[in-house]
Amino acid sequence: MSIVQSYRMRLQRKHAKARAFRKHFSLRPVVDRTGHIKPGHILLFSTLRDEHIRLPYFLNYYRDMGVDHFLIVDNDSTDGSGDYLADQPDVSLWHTRASYKRARYGVDWLNWLQARYGHGHWTLVVDPDELFVYPFCDTRPIRALTDWLDGSNVRSFGAMLLDMYPKGRLDAVPYRRGQDPIEIASWFDPGNYMISKNRKYGNLWIQGGPRARVFFPESPKKAPALNKIPLVKWNRRNTYISSTHMLLPRGLNLVYDEWGGETASGVLLHAKFLDTFTHKAKEEMQRKQHYRASLEYKAYVENLRETPDLWCKWSEKYINWRQLEILGLMSKGNWA
Amino acid sequence: MSVGIVMLVHTALGRAEQVARHWSAAGCPLVIHADVSVPRQTYNAFVKALSDLPNVRFSKRHRCEWGTWGLVAASQSASQMMLDSFPDVRHVYLASGSCLPLRPVEELIDYLENRPHTDFIESATTADVPWTIGGLDSERFTLRFPFSWRKHRYLFDKYVSIQRALGMKRRIPGGIVPHMGSQWWCLTRQTLSAILSDPERATFDRYFSKVWIPDESYFQTLARQYSRQIESRSLTLSKFDYQGKPHIFYDDHLQLLRRSDCFVARKIWPHANRLYDAFLTDAAHAMKKTEPNPGKIDRIFAKAVERRTRGRPGLYMQSRFPVETRENGLTSAQYSVFQGFSALFENFESWLARATGTRVHGHLFAPERAEFCDGQTVMNGALSDSAALRDYNPRAFLASLIWNTRGERQCFQFGPRDNQAVNWDIAKDPNAQISVISGAWAVPLFKSNQNFSDIRREAARLQQIESKHLEILRSSWTKARVRIWTMAEFIEAPMEPLQTIIDEIGPQQNMRGLAEVPKMADLTGFGQFLQNLKNQGMHPYLMGNFPVARDPMEPPGNKRKPYLVR
Repeated sequence: MSIVQSYRMRLQRKHAKARAFRKHFSLRPVVDRTGHIKPGHILLFSTLRDEHIRLPYFLNYYRDMGVDHFLIVDNDSTDGSGDYLADQPDVSLWHTRASYKRARYGVDWLNWLQARYGHGHWTLVVDPDELFVYPFCDTRPIRALTDWLDGSNVRSFGAMLLDMYPKGRLDAVPYRRGQDPIEIASWFDPGNYMISKNRKYGNLWIQGGPRARVFFPESPKKAPALNKIPLVKWNRRNTYISSTHMLLPRGLNLVYDEWGGETASGVLLHAKFLDTFTHKAKEEMQRKQHYRASLEYKAYVENLRETPDLWCKWSEKYINWRQLEILGLMSKGNWA
Repeated sequence: MSVGIVMLVHTALGRAEQVARHWSAAGCPLVIHADVSVPRQTYNAFVKALSDLPNVRFSKRHRCEWGTWGLVAASQSASQMMLDSFPDVRHVYLASGSCLPLRPVEELIDYLENRPHTDFIESATTADVPWTIGGLDSERFTLRFPFSWRKHRYLFDKYVSIQRALGMKRRIPGGIVPHMGSQWWCLTRQTLSAILSDPERATFDRYFSKVWIPDESYFQTLARQYSRQIESRSLTLSKFDYQGKPHIFYDDHLQLLRRSDCFVARKIWPHANRLYDAFLTDAAHAMKKTEPNPGKIDRIFAKAVERRTRGRPGLYMQSRFPVETRENGLTSAQYSVFQGFSALFENFESWLARATGTRVHGHLFAPERAEFCDGQTVMNGALSDSAALRDYNPRAFLASLIWNTRGERQCFQFGPRDNQAVNWDIAKDPNAQISVISGAWAVPLFKSNQNFSDIRREAARLQQIESKHLEILRSSWTKARVRIWTMAEFIEAPMEPLQTIIDEIGPQQNMRGLAEVPKMADLTGFGQFLQNLKNQGMHPYLMGNFPVARDPMEPPGNKRKPYLVR
């Protein structure tokens, strides 16, 4: 790594910080309970739009895990998400009408909030349809994990996105408010992931799963990235540069071992494919606020019209984190 | 006579207080040392909270940074205070604030009562143990370490290499042989007081204060000088990971700890409420009588270290992505690659499946699609048969297939028509068994109904590809088990090579030989076909020497009869 290169990285990081600062003017605080945040608290950051139906389960899932405070940006929801969140005692809420796309898919907003409130805390950045699973999550709170990472001098923790889907048509079983989405979308692809290393930023680029298999079998390069680093001991110098796929400084991207060993890692169960999806996909195609002009959504809508089933004979039904660890999708590393 | 506890605390003072009360209630006097880094207010509150206990003292505070002399200094002053203030104490037990007594304290007292002259301290010479971190074993006693490994790693490393380069060596004070071991010990008053009041203590202290991690060697070395009887083990259960950090115990380790058979465990996560509740109770509840099984803890933690350092062979995932040569096996299990067999034999795949009981695929890397067995479009692990997906990352495709089908051997066909991108990977994989009949790709061309000029062009292309592949297979980097026959060589005696391959695949096969042989394609006129290619200026050489005039293996009738090999 030459000095020039690392200086370029620094510029890029500074640029991202500046963007975050510029974009934060569009955020309007609705309820600010950040005064409740104490040193050592674990904070969750999220951006959302029209996710009211998912919120009760989402919040409770992370509360049970031991998240202390939620900092959420509401991108102009019209389904009552904002009012619901404003009533929650452990949520601080910001509202914006600005473009999701122009805030680099929400990254700028959250970067700013994280720098402002997350410094020195472990921060978890997830979408409302992502459920974080880590080793021993059924018996140990997330605090056990972050304490252990602190003790091991590790600042970031990777969790790959695992697309979950139901058996049969996506819209066959309606999702009820407060329900565990994994009850419906309980299947996943256990072993068809493709990994390559991003030399520039040092992170791994993971593709595959049902979206590559069903939506992009002829153009795999376009398949969405599944690598994520959602849990980071935040420092105000840090910045996410592309969703939660990668960060700067680049050392935070090294959540994997290159010398044959396994580091600990988790999984984000991605419960995107519920009955709510078809509607959402159509809407997002019109808004064009997602990555590559919602190209992903275009592929989904076209494909789902013909074959609305992501399930195949070799799909695996989700049981628990131990199953994922045996399948090799995540690892305990040296945490025992 | 009783057991005195020297307790070193630095964080989670609430838990330390709880444990101190537990020791104290059982009649053990305590001397507590709190790290200087504990803020004054917190410390005062802690002292005050314990002020109702009659047999607790607080010793002079030192700065205890990992791997530095401070820890020894703290143990020394606390031990001295213990010996001076509590003359009844016979054994002194060094514990930390995150230690948790697993068995009733009375049992520990009784145990030590029955062994009044035994010192329990793990103590081994550096030559005999592999517990070294940072590549320093005997050097930790012969170099100087004034810089903190944790905070000033750069200076630490630089200073070590300077000393190495200059050949600097410290003299070890006379009469001692450096030993090391777990820093959690239990020493008798006799041994401990002899160490603390040694006339040469100043010399030893000066020496050890510049040794690397002195808390693992000071008492361990000096106890050897005075002890009447050393039992070289620690009474404290403590497991270390690959970086020398102690493993932490959580609520879900409760059953494991119950069966550990140790008196004290470290280190306990401060928020492990269930553990503290379960073990810090009276004797009646503390230890449910369960069969001790300490080996299980060993296994679990040894496995964790193994997982972190070596990982699962053949697995590529988000937190294991080894660089080349560090894979510890490109794939997770053995598999077989057959080149040319399905061209030469009409029913090779089904025959192989029957003969070996393995999973036999077609050409997995065929240009049209991955030909999974039985015509499946999706395979184990939801692996798609899409050629585009496979060719996007063929190496991942192969590694995934073998990983997903762990426990069932995979065989597949390969040939020069297929995607050649994985040739090097397979050749370098010790799990691969590669069998090649070179030149057999000509048989489908021979049978095909194409224009001869097209055949000629295709033959030239395939021959070039295959000869490149053979070069790889014959290179010195190849680690796979490779067998190559020319086609002419092979058809002269086909059963022998087949038998060898099959024997190698499965020991479960019957020893009587193959009950059935695959049916070879009819090669009448093949020699002429090759000659025609030659006449067109394309010299097929990979299949070996086929006589032109007479066909090889001239059949006696129209059809060859299947025969049995006994």
